[in-house]
Amino acid sequence: MTRIALASTNGQTMTGAAPETAPMSIRGMTVSYGQKPVVFSVDATFPEGSMTAIIGPNGAGKSTLLKASLGILRPLSGIVSVFGRPLNSQRHRIAYVPQRASVDWDFPTTVLDVVLMGLSRELGLLRLVRPRHRARALDCLSRVGMAEFADRQIGQLSGGQQQRVFLARALAQGADLYLLDEPFAGVDAATEKAIIAVLKTLKAEGKTVVSVHHDLSTVTDYFDRVLILNTSKIAEGPVADAFTETNLQAAYGGRLATAQVAGIPVAG
Amino acid sequence: MSGAEFVPLSLTPILIGVFAAIACALPGNFLVLRRQALIGDAISHVVLPGIVVAFLITGTVTAWPMMIGAAAAALLAVLLIEAIRRLGGIEPGAAMGVVFTTMFAGGVLLLERSDTSTVHLDVEHALMGNLESLIWLDAFGWGSLLDPVALAGLPPELFRMGLSMIGVVAFVWLFWRPLKISTFDEGFAQVMGMRTNLIGMSLVAVSALAAVAAFDAVGSIIVIAMFICPPAAARLMTNRLGAQVGWSVVFAALSAVLGYVLAGYGPLWLGARDSVSAAGMIATVSGIILGLAALFGPARGGARG
Repeated sequence: MTRIALASTNGQTMTGAAPETAPMSIRGMTVSYGQKPVVFSVDATFPEGSMTAIIGPNGAGKSTLLKASLGILRPLSGIVSVFGRPLNSQRHRIAYVPQRASVDWDFPTTVLDVVLMGLSRELGLLRLVRPRHRARALDCLSRVGMAEFADRQIGQLSGGQQQRVFLARALAQGADLYLLDEPFAGVDAATEKAIIAVLKTLKAEGKTVVSVHHDLSTVTDYFDRVLILNTSKIAEGPVADAFTETNLQAAYGGRLATAQVAGIPVAG
Repeated sequence: MSGAEFVPLSLTPILIGVFAAIACALPGNFLVLRRQALIGDAISHVVLPGIVVAFLITGTVTAWPMMIGAAAAALLAVLLIEAIRRLGGIEPGAAMGVVFTTMFAGGVLLLERSDTSTVHLDVEHALMGNLESLIWLDAFGWGSLLDPVALAGLPPELFRMGLSMIGVVAFVWLFWRPLKISTFDEGFAQVMGMRTNLIGMSLVAVSALAAVAAFDAVGSIIVIAMFICPPAAARLMTNRLGAQVGWSVVFAALSAVLGYVLAGYGPLWLGARDSVSAAGMIATVSGIILGLAALFGPARGGARG
């Protein structure tokens, strides 16, 4: 388990609007595999009702930052607070959508069953799944356009459909903070549209969304904030301020040709 | 076969075989899905040095010292596997392979160098167990099942294996959801606040309990086979975890009963004069069931079949 201390509440160590109650606030996060740090001394705040893209080149530590913030990986150092409190006391308010490739889709279970996993806090160890639980899971499936697949074995789905099932499971958790790891990786256009529609609805409801994101061309359309990462933090803030050519060059360096950047609707 | 012959000679070995098979097959379902099926193999091998050391210390082959020695060895093996995996950065399969072969080999050497000629303790016994010898001499027929005097003479292995099976069933029933969710999606389970390391360790501990109890009664061949064959065959029958576990119990019990009967009477039917090892035959039957499931199971070829 990750050691996560309560963030200082005297306001001295925090910046930004109402940080003491921000859905997630990360301070001094450093993670390394072996000798080399993958994430180095990253501070970040995800304000309530915002929709943030974590971007950066391959190996920049985007997923690692997410996993370390959630206690899946043990960081070398770093303090995380969730809604101003320690992570462990706020887990019921967090929904996490892992990378699709991180699980074995040959697992013997159905689509509805995966979504019901989102209710397991409520169901506990032994409570029976009632019709109302099933109805809620089905409702979440229909929000991602997957209700008709409820009884399918999960391995029979396409990549995009699998990703939508993962999102439905997160919806079933009824969380306030949604953390997604590359939800658009390898999905079809219809799925991408369905997912972004759901995420924008969540934002409209005042929920907070953070997503590791790869496609720079959609950042301005989909998100209102960015966290640009390349082991260290390059920039953080509203898309209009932080998603600039200078910052992208700083993060991607030679890996991002100027011509490519020119095609991307960057700010200012 | 009459009750007068069946009850004393075959009923208890068959029951013990069925209990052992189910106790191993149940956790085997999760081990196979977690790609940790080798754990069963590892545990059943590493108990040998534990048993030999327990014998060297106590000088007897009574059950409790043997069980404690076996459990200690299993625990040591799990710790060694984790240590090698973490310190050496080696994949789990290789770490298990190193630990269980080394410990088993150490057990064989220890057994060779110690004087076990007076007791029934040898490598063959460790592999095959002695299922055929777990007979109920106090029974005279089906009526003995209601006779307290006869019941007192039931082989103690029956109770040990039965209790172990009940323990395994209780564990799987109670922790069904955490086991299932953490097996499918460990990261998600962790973010939900589940102690996935603890769940994984408990699964291994329960598997060790089943393996040690079964090893005592039926030897390591059955243990290895039952951890893998019934769950793997069951996976080919269905795409639901609950149904898979159900099928695995059916296949485990079927292997035990059919294997015992075929070992005892199969060679006679074929004209031979001796029977063959029940443990060997039970494991073979479970392998044949797996083969049939691979050929005809409705969910074979993975989900995409």
